Amino acid sequence: MMGNKEQLLRDIGIVDFVVTELTLYLDTHPHDRNAMEYFNHYNRMKNQMEREFSQKYYPLSTRLEDCGNEWRWGAAPLPWEGACE
Amino acid sequence: MWSYDKRLQFPVNIKEPNAKLAQVIISQYGGPDGEMGASMRYLSQRYAMPYREVAGVLTDIGTEELAHLEMVATIVHQLTRNLSMEEIEKSGFANYYVDHTVGIWPQAAGGVPFNACEFQSKGDIITDLMEDMAAEQKARTTYDNILRLVDDPDVCEPIKFLRMREVVHFQRFGEALRITTDKLNSKNFYAFNPGFDCDECSGKN
Repeated sequence: MMGNKEQLLRDIGIVDFVVTELTLYLDTHPHDRNAMEYFNHYNRMKNQMEREFSQKYYPLSTRLEDCGNEWRWGAAPLPWEGACE
Repeated sequence: MWSYDKRLQFPVNIKEPNAKLAQVIISQYGGPDGEMGASMRYLSQRYAMPYREVAGVLTDIGTEELAHLEMVATIVHQLTRNLSMEEIEKSGFANYYVDHTVGIWPQAAGGVPFNACEFQSKGDIITDLMEDMAAEQKARTTYDNILRLVDDPDVCEPIKFLRMREVVHFQRFGEALRITTDKLNSKNFYAFNPGFDCDECSGKN
């Protein structure tokens, strides 16, 4: 069973993939308004989920290190540890 | 500049070490069609690109390749975690082990070190974009070859993801080439280097 932390991290990966894919698509189709709407929607969702993850668990980037006077970045798990299962 | 996110682009959670497989997968780290060559190729080619939107494609795909580089390293790292000396000797991993223990170092499956000669930055954007499309196909073939050697689903899934991205990047580079050639005008019928030869031929005013 995956815990809430693992599930949220996995969901961030899924939403981030949508944003990555739309970024490349919009690079070569900058006038596609539907794609632009999708991009805005999922990009907002991603930012919100990353903020939530950072507040509850640990910051995924130093941009999100804003939760007080303790430096949490260094102690955060490394991506190659296989933190997801 | 860049910023770093402490997570992988696609999850990698390998439970069973397999040093034999690690030795072939490391080719996508530092081999002739690997992710190190891919990221350095696109990120280096950007400076000769006169069209901002196409330089954007090179930046964004080059950036994604750095995330793929980290995924491949993670796969190799997890496949070589907790290996016994007996496994190292039996699997043929001893040749790598003697120089790098189980650290990650960019080399091809055959042991050839990473070399910048595996990619070009020709300073001619049409030449470069043609290379980029070929590079995506070569990397896709390598992932196909790897997939024929793998039966562990923990390894298969991230490799399938990486393979799929090569296909998408090939498509985007094809569009980038079309955008570039659309900007050439009738004075540049033979597609001379639009980033170097003259502003008249580049479609830039």
